[in-house]
Amino acid sequence: MKTRAKDINEKITWQDVTTGAEIYEPATSLLVETGDWRVMVPVFKEENCKHCMLCVPYCPDSSIPVKDGKRLDFDFVHCKGCGICYKVCPFDAIDFIKEEK
Amino acid sequence: MAKRDRMSGNEAVAIAMRQINPDVMGAFPITPSTEIPQYYSQYIADGKVDTEFVAVESEHSAMSVCIGASAAGARAVTATSSAGLAYMWELLYVAASARLPITMAVVNRALTGPININNDHSDSMGARDSGWIQIYAETNQEVYDNYIQAMPISETIRLPIMICQDGFITSHGVSNIELMEDEEVKDFVGEYNPENYLLKHENPLAVGPYGISPYYMEVKRSQAQAMKDAMPIIMDVAKRFEKVTGRKYGFFEEYMMDDAEVALVVIGSSAGTGKEAVDRLRAEGKKVGLIKLRVFRPFPRVPLAEAMCKVKAVAIMDKAESFSNSGGPLFNEARNSLYDLPNKPYAINYIYGLGGRDITVEDYYEIYNDLFIINETDDPGDVYRYVGVRDSRFGERGFDHKKYEE
Repeated sequence: MKTRAKDINEKITWQDVTTGAEIYEPATSLLVETGDWRVMVPVFKEENCKHCMLCVPYCPDSSIPVKDGKRLDFDFVHCKGCGICYKVCPFDAIDFIKEEK
Repeated sequence: MAKRDRMSGNEAVAIAMRQINPDVMGAFPITPSTEIPQYYSQYIADGKVDTEFVAVESEHSAMSVCIGASAAGARAVTATSSAGLAYMWELLYVAASARLPITMAVVNRALTGPININNDHSDSMGARDSGWIQIYAETNQEVYDNYIQAMPISETIRLPIMICQDGFITSHGVSNIELMEDEEVKDFVGEYNPENYLLKHENPLAVGPYGISPYYMEVKRSQAQAMKDAMPIIMDVAKRFEKVTGRKYGFFEEYMMDDAEVALVVIGSSAGTGKEAVDRLRAEGKKVGLIKLRVFRPFPRVPLAEAMCKVKAVAIMDKAESFSNSGGPLFNEARNSLYDLPNKPYAINYIYGLGGRDITVEDYYEIYNDLFIINETDDPGDVYRYVGVRDSRFGERGFDHKKYEE
């Protein structure tokens, strides 16, 4: 049985699945790419950003990292491209465009 | 020291629960299982147990309470019947796939259509593929004994378990049974100490994750393995139980099977009537036997097939219709289990006792008579039959044994 989240992937056998598919550690979503079905993508325009932090709590997926009182570029592993940050930004510091893959 | 007392099957379950003192009970009343939470709430009111009794608004919620409590690390129980079990349906699968060892007393009652409160097995048989262990009882004593064995089985293998008894027949019928002492039960069942549970703060846990297609099948396969692995655990617990009480249990009970020429396989209280028929036919020198199936999930495919192979013709009795056009659920699995064996008996199905229809000793005479005719003629005829239904073609018994006499 593979009990570490990092070892649980699409290659594990049924013998390695945990009992009841339980997961024995927190915050395992950090390991899972859930941004890959994004259609639209936000673009951070740092030059316009006043670091008012309004976008940060509005993001439903905690995909706007903050360091030393300043927001950083988006976490695109988890951003779903919902566009809420773009709607709430008062300073035109976020564009919202069709993502080209 | 064990003590004898007279009581109904429902009271026997409630007493077993009192002796175990589980952590949480999700409870919603439905005939004929209502007395179980009713007796139990009295024990709570009297301060005899300290179970958290959650009176919910539906069986869907009763099972949800059990799932939440069990995931949190509690020993959780409930009781239900018929439409109540049907209303739990989606949660049954959740409990089983999350491998939560919930104990449910099922007091078997017909499913509605037409509405009926009496006994048959259509409720729990309908839930047979939900991933729960299912153990059935013939008598009030077996109801009590099975309940005491439930948690040691389900908590070891981490599968939920249904302890089934026949509505009104054992649930309300009063008989003299032998109870274990409270301390004996506590020792036998033991404390519930799961390795992982939601309230264990030093060990964060996620229960019931989203299982997309690359994972779902592996989860199901491991669940199937757990059901297979439950087989030896059920026997180990039965052996330990026998050491304490002297009462012996297995996957099924063989009654007068050693030299039997024909036999029937039956689940639950109807086995008592069947044994009476066996005794009377034996007194006439007829070599008849009976197999009473106790454990339906996991299905004891190999040992049951071997037991059935002792005879030349076997009647497999279903107290539930499956509308499959190929017989009831027990018939299909029991007959299937014979397929690989070289000297298999004829196996025919009788649907009986639906919605509380009595099955009598005389009905069993007819069935055994049928089996002897099949033996002599080497012709099983139509293997999918009814007994005890009024039929304008055949008379009251619902099948035409005369066909074989001609």
